[in-house]
Amino acid sequence: MEKEPASKVELAPGVGGGGEIPTFDITLKVRRYNPEISDEAHWDEWKLTMYGTDRVLDALHRVKWEHDGSVSFRRSCAHGVCGSDAMRINGRNRLACKTLLKDLDTSKPILVEPIKGLPVEKDLIVDMEPFFQSYREIMPFLISKGHSPTKERLQSSEERERYDDTTKCILCAACTSSCPVFWTDGQYFGPAAIVNAHRFIFDSRDDAGDMRLEILNDKEGVWRCRTTFNCTEACPRGIQVTKAISEVKQAILTRRV
Amino acid sequence: MQVHKYDVVIVGAGGAGMRAAIESGQRAHTAVLTKLYPTRSHTGAAQGGMCAALANVEEDNWEWHTFDTVKGGDYLVDQDAAEVMAKEAIEAVLDLEKMGLPFNRTPEGRIDQRRFGGHTRDHGKAPVRRSCYAADRTGHMILQTLYQNCVKHNVEFYNEYYVLDLLMVDQEVTVDGETRLEKRVAGVVSYDLASGELHVFQAKSIVIASGGVGKVYKTTSNAHTLTGDGMGIAFRRGIPLEDMEFFQFHPTGLAGLGILLSEAARGEGAILRNSDGERFMERYAPTIKDLAPRDIVARSMANEVREGRGAGPNKDYVLLDLTHLEPAHIDAKLPDITEFARTYLGVEPYTEPVPVFPTAHYAMGGIPTNISAEVLADNDTVVPGLYAAGEVACVSVHGSNRLGTNSLLDINVFGKRAGIAAAQYALTADFVEIPENPTVETEALLDRARSSEGGERVALIRKELQDIMDANVQVFRTEETLLEALSVIDGLEERYTRITVQDKGKRFNLDLLEAVELGFLLDMAKVMTAAALHRKESRGGHFREDFPERDDENFMTHSMAYRDPSATRTSGVRLETKPVIFTRYQPMERKY
Repeated sequence: MEKEPASKVELAPGVGGGGEIPTFDITLKVRRYNPEISDEAHWDEWKLTMYGTDRVLDALHRVKWEHDGSVSFRRSCAHGVCGSDAMRINGRNRLACKTLLKDLDTSKPILVEPIKGLPVEKDLIVDMEPFFQSYREIMPFLISKGHSPTKERLQSSEERERYDDTTKCILCAACTSSCPVFWTDGQYFGPAAIVNAHRFIFDSRDDAGDMRLEILNDKEGVWRCRTTFNCTEACPRGIQVTKAISEVKQAILTRRV
Repeated sequence: MQVHKYDVVIVGAGGAGMRAAIESGQRAHTAVLTKLYPTRSHTGAAQGGMCAALANVEEDNWEWHTFDTVKGGDYLVDQDAAEVMAKEAIEAVLDLEKMGLPFNRTPEGRIDQRRFGGHTRDHGKAPVRRSCYAADRTGHMILQTLYQNCVKHNVEFYNEYYVLDLLMVDQEVTVDGETRLEKRVAGVVSYDLASGELHVFQAKSIVIASGGVGKVYKTTSNAHTLTGDGMGIAFRRGIPLEDMEFFQFHPTGLAGLGILLSEAARGEGAILRNSDGERFMERYAPTIKDLAPRDIVARSMANEVREGRGAGPNKDYVLLDLTHLEPAHIDAKLPDITEFARTYLGVEPYTEPVPVFPTAHYAMGGIPTNISAEVLADNDTVVPGLYAAGEVACVSVHGSNRLGTNSLLDINVFGKRAGIAAAQYALTADFVEIPENPTVETEALLDRARSSEGGERVALIRKELQDIMDANVQVFRTEETLLEALSVIDGLEERYTRITVQDKGKRFNLDLLEAVELGFLLDMAKVMTAAALHRKESRGGHFREDFPERDDENFMTHSMAYRDPSATRTSGVRLETKPVIFTRYQPMERKY
């Protein structure tokens, strides 16, 4: 790492790419619902010409900005870190801003629906409150007993690594709303809450692991998980969600973290 | 219309807002209003780290950090504020660690630190390892940790509440037998996205922490939601905006997309190359090269492209080269940004250089405050009970160019100060009476947007605004480009009065809110351009090709932009100046 890179190198021809970005046509079908107008949901579709670097979010914006301003969805950062735009795209939970259109089968209509298991408010917008309620219940904050040191608490790189994967969560709800148990049992904590409990249970600085394990040992806790791996597949941050849930189950059985 | 009453109302739930809420919530009855959900704010997109002279890995001290901040800002930094920030940085990092932030660690288990642009040992001698970090997700970890602690302290959030007006009143105050009018703040008017209803929040203290205005540009690292609302509501109510001509362009945005690739890449050893494969920063900043401050690197990149040494078929970008770094090192320190390159450009950073170009990133200017985060109504009059912190504010710790990592630091240091000061003020002050018909202007604003049937599209006006700002008010500026931009903005403003909002409903009407946000963007673009026109010199992030030198004799001052319809040549923006505060550093030529 410390060695100084060369002042000048020979670049491979065509390096970086770019230039003319290819275009292609898509059909975008969006599940519409607005109780101000009707209690029935329906599908609307648009034919659009899009670019090779465009994502599903770009297609939704194209519709909203050029065709129908009433199409409603949440979004903010537009590059997969804020967690606003989880939705069901061709039946799979993903972030609209991270799903490139060219990676989907554009010969068929692209179907976009709200995530499942949370009440739909309007079009792709769902009520996130039940999701955040479960999150808050697992006490998602560091609890440490004893005196606070003057400087930082020490933690080895290995101890830090132990819970690294679950710190990546952006609370987008893609995992929880992909879980068949959550669809049928709204009381289930769901994968995201367990992931966030895991983040603290396995943090060497935290002293409340037992309390969190007790909460998740509840009948609506980790034992409801049927290991279908939907959550792991849905996570846009690549968190090994099912593995994290299994580690929490194991910790409850052995009471050892 | 519903009316709520709190001691303290915080507008915005990003880093500054939540850091303030943690302090204020433990001392006074506090509400946080955010137009998003708390963890959606753009603090979460920050990557590289937060500088503090912990000296965990090599010799360092806060005085060096202060100097770097002042020099990085091309001497337009208020030095008392920079000193506060660099000193309190150490406690700010330790606060976060105690709240649970998972920093990367040294072999001894201490917080690890790495290099960052413009941060040096002993006043510019060599790069120093000062940035405390958590992989390339430091902002994400800060945002999550602050939200976790808000949950811990039961902070009350009003999610998806857009604050659209600041309720200001002129109050008669008698001091030493003399009566005069003083600006006071009574509360805010907010729009509840879910229901479309207006809610008035009366509060003794208001903290504005609503973030930046990056969406005035087309190529930007900023979220769609960064539309300058907080700056806009203050400006419309007569509060000046300071140093708005200084906007930072981050050197390494993914070419064509603007998505941010952290400066941490260069901190970890990546370098920039032009189409000849040359490491061109050796020519522009011989001592610290690719780790020069952002304004210098961005301008150097733009210059390479202008002189025909850009890469790619259109020669319109340069290359960020990580190929000499070990893949394992990249995975450990820069996992997210390498994934961005793979996902969005299909480039493999282990083996191929990544196309990059400067992207609009950060407003150095904003609502003027003193070091206690109190908002100023002019050069020195405090508005009692009104505070601002974070990107929306201008303390000024960044001067004309912010150093990397100093924004995460700013939100933590001044967010905390704002939260404490707002709560303390609220505990002693009385409520200011809400004016009669407090929502009348907001209702009129919304009605105009809803009922106009002129057929102009919000998205099209916004696109044309972003195009002209990218073309004329970007890294290089001249009187000609700025005047042209102002006249285009005036035209867009006229068309804005004839927009049609298609969604006529009350529920989650984001179509309507985008129209309102465009109004703020137009106002802010005008202020930024007028201020850039006024500053006939080149300093930090503001480069005038017609005045390429720094001119300390005439322009070693902050600019203060006031709303003033009589200033017709500059589209209703009146420019005044405010002295820079010097403590220990005299201006020197800025070389790296």
